[in-house]
Amino acid sequence: MTFELADRVQTVPPSGIRRFFEIAEERDDVISLGVGEPDFATPWAARDAAIASLEQGKTSYTANRGKRELRDAIADYVADRFDLGYDPGEEIIVTAGASEAVDLAFRAFVDPGDTVAIAQPSYISYEPGVIFAGGDVLPVPTKEDDDFRLTVDALEEAGAQDADVLVLCYPNNPTGAIMREADLEPIAEFVREHDQIVLSDEIYAELTYEGEHTSIATFEGMRERTIVFNGFSKAHAMTGLRLGYALGPADAIHAMNKIHQYAMLSAPTTAQHAALEALDSCEDDVREMVSQYDRRRQFVLSRFREIGMDVFEAKGAFYCFPEVPDGFTAEEFAEAVLHEQGVAVVPGDVFGAGGEGHLRVSYATGLQDLREAMNRLEAFVAAHG
Amino acid sequence: MSEREVLELLRENARYSAADIARMTDLDEAEVEAAIDELEAAGVVQGYQAVVDWDELEDERVRAEVELNVRLDRETGYADIAERLARFPEVTALRLVSGDYDFDMEVEGDSIREVSQFISEKVAPVPEITQTVTHYVMTSYKENGIEFGDGDDDDRLSVSP
Ligand SMILES: Cc1ncc(COP(=O)(O)O)c(C=O)c1O
Repeated sequence: MTFELADRVQTVPPSGIRRFFEIAEERDDVISLGVGEPDFATPWAARDAAIASLEQGKTSYTANRGKRELRDAIADYVADRFDLGYDPGEEIIVTAGASEAVDLAFRAFVDPGDTVAIAQPSYISYEPGVIFAGGDVLPVPTKEDDDFRLTVDALEEAGAQDADVLVLCYPNNPTGAIMREADLEPIAEFVREHDQIVLSDEIYAELTYEGEHTSIATFEGMRERTIVFNGFSKAHAMTGLRLGYALGPADAIHAMNKIHQYAMLSAPTTAQHAALEALDSCEDDVREMVSQYDRRRQFVLSRFREIGMDVFEAKGAFYCFPEVPDGFTAEEFAEAVLHEQGVAVVPGDVFGAGGEGHLRVSYATGLQDLREAMNRLEAFVAAHG
Repeated sequence: MSEREVLELLRENARYSAADIARMTDLDEAEVEAAIDELEAAGVVQGYQAVVDWDELEDERVRAEVELNVRLDRETGYADIAERLARFPEVTALRLVSGDYDFDMEVEGDSIREVSQFISEKVAPVPEITQTVTHYVMTSYKENGIEFGDGDDDDRLSVSP
């Protein structure tokens, strides 16, 4: 017999990243600038806490919303770092990665037929998440001329005034764009005017290289209509431990928890112990990793300019988003540079509208490899110039 | 302040070129070179060396940590004794430390015999030295902030979202 697949699942095309992954995995001389996770291991103190919790046999479920001490620590952390005030009892839920939290939000707030506007290019999970929830996706392309920041013009051009939900991701994967307070203000106004819900994925908040991250939830009238996602994968280099969280008004978090308690029960317990320690004692490790990323960021941006590839000044996450030289589509360039020079990058189209003609270049890689990869890119561009 | 940043980067990897350091900072290449010159002239940077894991080499290299106790008198201070010891090429590091002994000395040689002879014939007879305790290094796991290992343990997926 053949399995009858649900239409929702069939409509989602296979991930565009998969193909590049397969080519890159075939060769052993590839330097990958295609990796979307830190190259650092989780800070040792956090790993040690996880080990200790296992030794002590702390291997049972936790409260659905996560250990209370961890929610308390998260509440203190987001208040201290991002000026966000949330009640650990009712307004925070700990999830299996920010990924789970994003999925819960789509399922909790999107009805079939609802329109979800997504500022793009952006992380590849939002669009399928909306479709799995039965919603309709409205891509809102951002432009290089705006340094890939979302503008009200872009929202209006895309027709987002009729959307029910708006998804934002700043600092952005894949562009590295950030939104300052002044950039967010008009977006907040637009959202209030059209009475929309905002889902704000701020998982790269700590990885903001000039100035401090601002959350859209801090604007007047925004807290009540915003869910903020964050997690430990990026800033604390904990991707494999799978731990994230969502912040929002009590009734919204309650709805997300309703799904979470059946689908997941609770986020990984060992990871929760690691996360508690990460918030408690790993601030210096985070600062050190951020300063390493910042150096690499400046190095890579400088090299692209020397090579003669246009690149806007990315100030967040660990990506930059150079333009593909004339004569190539992003996909052609990515494929050719992988074959000829053994450097893996991801074509920008994979991340949705506005990404065409660009490449996502990750600098979550040691400087030695970055240096070699940039030399190879230079050779490639020279050979095809 | 820029010197501090350059120093930090050189401590991370002394083989970064001035051009690379310039790319990583707000400085240009000439400013980086000037900062390095200044650090060297001021005696802040005293030298550049490779960090070696001797276990990876065929040839034997013997290293020992030696605890030294000394007795000072009116004419001889720590600095005088240190100066005398530091002149020996076998001595690779020498520090005055707090605690049960006075000097912490690192010695290198081609064989245990050579190192032992050096300590018994050159160090122990120094009149101010009252006691030596020698610890031969058996294995080194980390030196100058660099953890030893094959270093190739990146098991991340080569392309991920
Ligand atoms: C923007 C963004 N959000 C969420 C995630 C997933 O994070 P987590 O590991 O917490 O599920 C990623 C991972 O690449 C990401 O780039």
